Amino acid sequence: MSFLPFAIAAWLFLIGLYGIVSSRNLIRAILSLTVVQSATYVVLLGVGYVHGGRAPIFADIPAGTPAVDPVVQVLVLTDIVIGATVTAMLLALAVQAHKRFGSLDPQDLRALRD
Amino acid sequence: MTRRTRLVMFGIAAAGLGVVLIYGLAGLPAFGDYHGVYGHVIDRIGVTERHATDLVTALNFDFRAFDTLGEEFILFGSVLGVVLILREVRDDHERPRQQEAEEHSFAGASAALRAMALGLIPTLIALGVYIVVHGQITPGGGFQGGLILAAGPLAVFLAGRYVRMKRVAPHAMGEIGDAAGAMGYALVGLGGLVFAGVFFKNFLPLGIPGHLLSAGQIDVASVAVGLEVSGAFLVAWSEFLDQAILVRRNGAR
Amino acid sequence: MHITALAIVVPMIAAALLVVGRHSSPRLLNDLAAAGVGLSVVTISAILLVRAIHDPIVYWMGGWRPNHMVAVGISLSIDPIGAGMAAFAAVLVTAALVYSWRYFDGADGLFHALMLVFLAAMVGFCLTGDLFNLIVFFELMGAVAYALTAYRTEERGPIQGAINFAITNSVAAYATFIGAALLYARTGALNLAQIGAALDGHTADALVVVAMVLLFVGFLTKAAAVPLHFWSADAHAVAPTPICVLLSAVMAELGLYAVARVYWTVFAGGLSPHVDELRAILIALGTVTALWGGIMCYAQRHLKRLLAFSTISHVGVIACGVGLLTARGLAGAATYVVGQGFTKGALFMLVGVLLHRFGTVDEFDLHGRGREMRVAGVLLGVGGLALTAMPGVTLFFGKSLIDGAALDDRYAWLPAVFVISSILTGGAVLRVTGRVFMGWGASQRQDDVRLRHVAEEKDEQRVERDFTPPLMLIVPAVLLAGAIVIGLIPGALPAIETAAAHFADHAAYARWVLTGGAPHFTAVRHTHVETVDYLYGSAGTLGAIAIAALTLFGSTLHQRVPAALIGPPRAALTALRGLHSGHIGDYVAWWTLGTAMLGGASLILLT
Repeated sequence: MSFLPFAIAAWLFLIGLYGIVSSRNLIRAILSLTVVQSATYVVLLGVGYVHGGRAPIFADIPAGTPAVDPVVQVLVLTDIVIGATVTAMLLALAVQAHKRFGSLDPQDLRALRD
Repeated sequence: MTRRTRLVMFGIAAAGLGVVLIYGLAGLPAFGDYHGVYGHVIDRIGVTERHATDLVTALNFDFRAFDTLGEEFILFGSVLGVVLILREVRDDHERPRQQEAEEHSFAGASAALRAMALGLIPTLIALGVYIVVHGQITPGGGFQGGLILAAGPLAVFLAGRYVRMKRVAPHAMGEIGDAAGAMGYALVGLGGLVFAGVFFKNFLPLGIPGHLLSAGQIDVASVAVGLEVSGAFLVAWSEFLDQAILVRRNGAR
Repeated sequence: MHITALAIVVPMIAAALLVVGRHSSPRLLNDLAAAGVGLSVVTISAILLVRAIHDPIVYWMGGWRPNHMVAVGISLSIDPIGAGMAAFAAVLVTAALVYSWRYFDGADGLFHALMLVFLAAMVGFCLTGDLFNLIVFFELMGAVAYALTAYRTEERGPIQGAINFAITNSVAAYATFIGAALLYARTGALNLAQIGAALDGHTADALVVVAMVLLFVGFLTKAAAVPLHFWSADAHAVAPTPICVLLSAVMAELGLYAVARVYWTVFAGGLSPHVDELRAILIALGTVTALWGGIMCYAQRHLKRLLAFSTISHVGVIACGVGLLTARGLAGAATYVVGQGFTKGALFMLVGVLLHRFGTVDEFDLHGRGREMRVAGVLLGVGGLALTAMPGVTLFFGKSLIDGAALDDRYAWLPAVFVISSILTGGAVLRVTGRVFMGWGASQRQDDVRLRHVAEEKDEQRVERDFTPPLMLIVPAVLLAGAIVIGLIPGALPAIETAAAHFADHAAYARWVLTGGAPHFTAVRHTHVETVDYLYGSAGTLGAIAIAALTLFGSTLHQRVPAALIGPPRAALTALRGLHSGHIGDYVAWWTLGTAMLGGASLILLT
């Protein structure tokens, strides 16, 4: 039971990768990338959890109360911002891809082959 | 590679990677049993040293402010990237002209929707400002509040009045807000260098924990970030909305 | 050292200012401002370098010094190699900015702003002492690079290249997040020195090994090591030339820098019982990369893809240098990075000259057209020779150090691999010089199948010109001069060896970062270039000239070789090339396979 969050994280990572590999539509691939990213959230937040800990906001609880780890929350916040912005750029690229290639299927993006 | 080959190869690879990941994750302390020293130290000194009660924001804008600087500029650079990618190029058709955009009515725009949006907008903006400014006391801060702030003008769009949205929050204003916020955050850091001798050292008065004007630079940094985030997302959204109108216009022909 | 953080912050603020004024400021102002900022970062990094040689610098952001050896803030932990890499990056960014004065017609403030943010990210990456900060700057470099790769949105190639680049590198970045999370969970620290100190004394178990694999895989994807490299040729083929310069000459090398930094500060203690196995894994990776890159390089006719694969091959060599896990190998890798970076930057710029002038980068389309461009031809030839690690150039000294390190550790076959890489990559450039600038060799490839459209690369203005701005030749000439001269500066090589030895001093790092006390480095042993190194270097150069000549003039020889002998290698080559399909699903599948293999090998051999 105590391993479940981390197992879920591993599953999310792999299923997201599967999504990218098997997608026939760029948008689906980009969203699968988001799933891969959510694996990182789960791992980070799972690591920081403390049984019986309160949120690390000491506005109305006395300083010294056991609290969950605040550092991982900051890391996840940074992670979310990074993910959102890269997704935005990828979606912009997808819009342009549709304009230039007429299709969103990776199979049809054939401008770069060796 | 054919699709079949690719999926088979991936299946094998993913199975291997899964085993690797599980082996690695198995070494983690049990869920709920974490006793890391970094978190403990912050919990102990955050309130006393910085007079901030929201330690996540304190970490974000003080202890690990340099990380946030990098993150700020990721947001800044990525939105510039979106502008770059979606910019007009010679061969493209022009941006939707004022009039054509005015003629567009997005599906579902109705009087009821407009009324609701009217109520939403001041609420969103007030909530956004509240969360940005109270970051060091209660959960929230620049990022969270900035996004809510950006949603205000977006509600104008939802009400079906895209052009009004562009008048309320023109593209250039969003860009300038974005850049000014990013620069503002960096300047807070410089302020630390100039006034307190070390980059990002808190140089503003610390005040009383729990009061609005406390924790020194954290509040100012929060406002800068809020400005940046709202500007950045407005720019990104209006870029995409321009594209949507283009598509509709071309599709309607 | 008060100016320390300015190296990172000044370009950031300048970028923001450029965006604010971008609709009204003239092109000249943007150009001058950006180049000026670039020069200021070079200056600051140089000052940091000089200071760091004396005594490494630790700068705690926010004034948060460690609380009883627990790092509370983020540190910039600056040693000579870090500062040197930062200066190196700054020089190349400035060169690319100056080059683009004449190369781009119509770049607006967005380009300059993004380049300055790119510069800030690279400098931050080199100077930081915090694991998560390293990952943040890694992502910043990536995000800006994706946008800049897609610069020419009116073409189809850049869109696809940027998508492949962005998706593969983002997956890699997420892997590093998980690696960092694992280390944080085990040690409760994010500062590199502190994590290292916490891991010392315990033998590495599966968690530590998997964390290392995930971190390395992330950095190695950026470095374009095989099989994580597929995005690289695509991105290089379509990015504007100034961006290609930075991707190839700096960003790839920074990936390897991160591998070295993270290994020596974090894992060197805990993994010391298994050093030999890790060495074997990294050298295997480097060797495959060097050979694969070299073969693919020689087979290209698209000049930018050719140079991209040559970078991959050189990355393999540098990975071997780092992977030897000794101070001498590291010194060789550092020298090689500088030599390779300047040379490759110059080569890309010269290809840009051809593109600017003739509107194409196809080797056969350009056949003989460069005959009047004497200067460019000479420069390209010199660059090709430098790439072969001709004795005397910086690359040569780097390679000889790596060779020496390899022989120290009984990897006697490794120098031969490097020679093959030199022959293939240098030979390819020499072949191009001959074909384009002298008109030698065939003007049409015999059994071409479908390669015409790959060279779709069109100039921004899609026109041919009849002039080349002198600036576009001066900048690469300066870079090539640097590539040749730097290794010959008296005292440079021993200084690099000392710096590398200090870099590899795991215990000393923890001391000077966490306590701020004197490092007390262990003594450094200096080496000399041996005769055998000259032999290897000459073999590489002569072999490259031979293979280029053979390709250009040996068509009759080609017909005499029986088909049965040619068939299997050709089929293998076609299969290898077919793997580079441009399909994102393929690339991510390969990435997964590479990560799984690296992870599996590490778990088996290192626990």
